Amino acid sequence: MTTSTQPTRNRTVLVLLDPATEVRSGVLELLTIARGLGRVEAVTLEAPTVEALAQLGAYGVETVHQAEVPTDTLAAAGGDGARHLPSVVAATLAAAVRRTDADVVLAPATFAAKEAAALAAHALGAGLVIDAAAVGEDADGRIVAGKRVFAGAWDTRCVVTADVAVLTVRSNAVVPEPAEASVATEVDALPVALAGTAGVVVTSREVKERAPGRPTLEEAAVVVAGGRGTGGDFGPVEEFADAVGAAVGASRDAVFEGWFDRYIGQTGVTIAPRLYVGAGISGAPHHRGGMQAAQVIVAVNSDPEAPIFEICDFAVVGDLADVLPQAAAALRARRDG
Amino acid sequence: MRIVVAVKYVPDINADRRFVDCRVDRDPGVGTLNELDENALEAALRILDALPEDERAASEVVALTVAPADGDVALRKSFQMGVDRAVRVTDDALAGSDYFGTATALAAAVHRLEAEAPVDLVITGMAALDGLGSVVPALVAAELGRPALTLAKKVDVADGTLTVTRETDEATETLAAPLPAVLSVADTANTPRMPNFKLIMAARTKQIEAWSAADLGLDAAAVGTAGSRTEVVSAAPRPARPEVELVVDKGEGGTALAEYLIRNELV
Repeated sequence: MTTSTQPTRNRTVLVLLDPATEVRSGVLELLTIARGLGRVEAVTLEAPTVEALAQLGAYGVETVHQAEVPTDTLAAAGGDGARHLPSVVAATLAAAVRRTDADVVLAPATFAAKEAAALAAHALGAGLVIDAAAVGEDADGRIVAGKRVFAGAWDTRCVVTADVAVLTVRSNAVVPEPAEASVATEVDALPVALAGTAGVVVTSREVKERAPGRPTLEEAAVVVAGGRGTGGDFGPVEEFADAVGAAVGASRDAVFEGWFDRYIGQTGVTIAPRLYVGAGISGAPHHRGGMQAAQVIVAVNSDPEAPIFEICDFAVVGDLADVLPQAAAALRARRDG
Repeated sequence: MRIVVAVKYVPDINADRRFVDCRVDRDPGVGTLNELDENALEAALRILDALPEDERAASEVVALTVAPADGDVALRKSFQMGVDRAVRVTDDALAGSDYFGTATALAAAVHRLEAEAPVDLVITGMAALDGLGSVVPALVAAELGRPALTLAKKVDVADGTLTVTRETDEATETLAAPLPAVLSVADTANTPRMPNFKLIMAARTKQIEAWSAADLGLDAAAVGTAGSRTEVVSAAPRPARPEVELVVDKGEGGTALAEYLIRNELV
């Protein structure tokens, strides 16, 4: 499998941008991967912001297909919030593929995007890969996806044998790189014929606030996570995270205890950062399934028998409330000195 | 109320999971009910538990799986939790199915159950712990032409309407859809019940119905390896990580951690 910056075939690759209010680093990665496969166009469910358009241009996107979903369909499904329903996103992706005769669709690996990708592939008769960690092509020009499975213990390669490939790609698959020259980005209205949402109605939708000043968990290059060993005090975890510019996460236990809101795990957020630091986390299979694809794993735990020590690169046996503040202070002193 | 719970037979996540010839190894020694399906079974049983006695008596929960014969392990566990009936779809033609082949087979089995009486709900867990795709429920709904409400952390069924609350990466949503519908439940939706002794004993001798692809009228070319639009061409274990560098904190553990990060250019 090769991932080159120069596409070998004349493909059209569509990248899903939802929401279109900002272009997150995960989407910049998709655009970077897409440029290596062919000509890149974006698909949105709403008008992109000026900032989003500028970033798309810098990444070589000439055309954005903005869905025009029939207003009565949206109204019957609960209004504007219905725009992001997987069935609506899927119909939009399918319409965009048909209009552009696209060969590849790339979407982020969020639960909502996975479902939309699956439904679009279903409608198109396309091949579907969920949670690819790498995307390239084989000698015959077929799309090949690399996947990390079984809690990061195995690598598989999967070839798409259908004409159209739809893939969701995990964050931290590549380093985002702008195009050599930026382009002017045009927005094209994309009529989406959608009679209904099979009766699904959005009765309420509250968009989540993102923690200001910290990267998001899915996309962060560095993640610091706290578990049961914090005893509910995430202060040392957050202090250390801020010293290294990391996103903060938790184990499922810690979330069930009500100490934190989002957990890393095979059914929670799945991450593949450059550096993962687990503090007071024993490393149950559930948690490992969500973080074992990290490049470097560091653990701090007072229990020398903690299973997480079996999968780490560097470990401190000690109390996180002592170790993390000391490390944070040393790193701050280096940065400020 | 008639509910079908689609369950999966997967390798235990605590076991040494592996691939053989690019397929997930189904060694019966390590096969089990997908843990996340226990939340689906619990959700189904709670919906029935809430019904008046006469309605409950006329209701049914059916556990359904597409698996080789070893998959009975998953169905026995479903009986232990309290399902009324279990169906296994087994056919060599189904081996190697992609997401779409699996959804097609599950939908065809639901159609066959509907030939007896209407099915109000199809419930699944949020993911299978071997593949972790989380897309089969939406695809089953698409095959059946029914609404799908997925990843529910709160479930309510009343007056022919299914209402769920769910957390996506972007938002907290409340969604509603008319029955019949497809529902997937998150692992935060409920705490699955422990099987009681009576049900454990009864589960041993309960009959499992086995259906073939032909029984469901499935086109063998549309499922299994023949119908799959993707192909796993290689599967290899990751190289073992180098030996861990372990520091026991005697007052300098934090400094050692900072030095490790600096030395390896991680900060």
